[in-house]
Amino acid sequence: MTNKTLVQISKDLAAGEYSSREITQDIIADIKARDSIYNSFISVSEDLALTQADAADARFAAGTHAMLTGVPFAHKDLFCTKGHATTAASKMLQDFVPPYESTVGQRLLSAGAVCVGKTNMDEFAMGSSNESSFFGAVKNPWDLNAVPGGSSGGSAAAVAAGLVPAATGTDTGGSIRQPASFCNLTGIKPTYGRVSRFGIIAYASSLDQAGPMCQTAHDAAIMLNAMAGFDVQDSTSVQQDTPDFTADLNLPLHGLKVGLPKEFFGPGLNPQVAECIMAAVKEIEGLGAQIIDISLPNLELSIPAYYVIAPSEASSNLSRFDGVRYGYRCDQPTDLMDLYCRTRSEGFGTEVKRRIMVGTYALSEGYYDAYYVKAQRIRRLIKDDFARALSQVDVIMGPVAPTPAFDLGSNTKDPVAMYLEDIYTLSANMAGIPAMSTPAGFVNGRPVGLHIMGNYFAEAKLLNIAHQYQQITDWHLQTPTSNGMPVSNTEKGA
Amino acid sequence: MALENADIEKIAILARLQVSNSETSDYANSISSILSLMDQMQQVDTDGVEPLSNPHDATQRLRKDEVTCDDQREAFIAIAPASADGLYLVPKVLD
Repeated sequence: MTNKTLVQISKDLAAGEYSSREITQDIIADIKARDSIYNSFISVSEDLALTQADAADARFAAGTHAMLTGVPFAHKDLFCTKGHATTAASKMLQDFVPPYESTVGQRLLSAGAVCVGKTNMDEFAMGSSNESSFFGAVKNPWDLNAVPGGSSGGSAAAVAAGLVPAATGTDTGGSIRQPASFCNLTGIKPTYGRVSRFGIIAYASSLDQAGPMCQTAHDAAIMLNAMAGFDVQDSTSVQQDTPDFTADLNLPLHGLKVGLPKEFFGPGLNPQVAECIMAAVKEIEGLGAQIIDISLPNLELSIPAYYVIAPSEASSNLSRFDGVRYGYRCDQPTDLMDLYCRTRSEGFGTEVKRRIMVGTYALSEGYYDAYYVKAQRIRRLIKDDFARALSQVDVIMGPVAPTPAFDLGSNTKDPVAMYLEDIYTLSANMAGIPAMSTPAGFVNGRPVGLHIMGNYFAEAKLLNIAHQYQQITDWHLQTPTSNGMPVSNTEKGA
Repeated sequence: MALENADIEKIAILARLQVSNSETSDYANSISSILSLMDQMQQVDTDGVEPLSNPHDATQRLRKDEVTCDDQREAFIAIAPASADGLYLVPKVLD
């Protein structure tokens, strides 16, 4: 069953090639057999999945099935799943079983999709390499010495390894796009507010956005159709009509104006990655697009501004973990202060504690204006840069990350070096615009993703471009083998 | 801006964290280098630029003050690490 696209599985189910229970059982058996190599799953929800699969098979029998009915997928372990442990890859929530389902999870369940388990991630989504998980690092299926990217690294590795056809992710500063790039997947971060945050454990609420990670743009569009939509339970959910994200996939790209920001091609960019990106841009030019040089002058400031705003919001959001209402609680607390301090020190990992302290400092008396308010002013400069650029061009392209996947352990000692890896992804979250990664080549066997960014609510346009690019290239069809070298997979394709 | 061990201890208390002696210097070093990174922001003139807190400049959506969901008290108290008689338990606050 591995490496079939979501579209293919959907067709097979509708044609009665196999039942949802059969593919669900096969996928769970495959995860149990192979995931010890990658560590991409934190838990498998076998009983719930089989119940959902049986319900899906009943819908096929009754003729009430839809595109996602019976199709297995995995959730990043940041999405609350009713009745099944949701850990945020933290000791703090190791035994937390949510009494409710996230809105995204509920929408996918209503569509008939089957959740087979919860994927590994950086603790509380704080990281760019999936090495900060309480449940251990995840390995990149393309090269077991490399990180899968983060924070949605388990979702990326699970799809890249062919364990599941699709997974959910969240992207606060690149956490869908960077692992998609590192693992040769199609991943999209929608416009801020397009997908409900309700029931997704919060990191930085003004930046967090959920989206799908899949093998193809077509699959991502189908997933996004189910995931997106206004939700009264998310106070920043936007009241916008949700289009059919598959409707524009086949539009020609003739006349498309593509901006290349010079700041995305500066000295920090690996020259081989630059070659892959320029070759991809050339292919898109060949489809009738016009390439235009542009500038996003404040790009570099997105790093310091992001690493003030995100930890500040995190320090506030994570104050809810107090050992009283849910989650971990220290043994034998002597008083309230002892309960709070020991619960939090024992429950959180090093990077989470570091970001809480950075945020606490930035929000503290005497520093609030110099750090937090300053960062918010720079955030507006970044938004204005995009507004100017997107008045000249339809979309912006560049690399997702300055390098292909780096080696496990190579950046763990120096948090600043790790933060600099996020240079190309942070600004889309700061501005709130949609952005995606689509496979665009390899450097020494490690995948490289093309970054496509667009205007607010232009997800269908981004998916259209990625789909058209995927019609003339076969990067997205390649799959890793055990030795990490790409091989063509003729079974795939939709 | 370089932080001393004493600064880390003060921030840890504000953040309701306990940092062991062996961790304090590591945090002082790493957070100091993060603050140097942040100091890049000070080179930019942002006078007259409105701070941006929501990407759409949206304001809080209000709703009518009415009951919209069932009481789920039991489901939520059931997942508490310590509770009795439907109440959360904490260490003694008053003598």
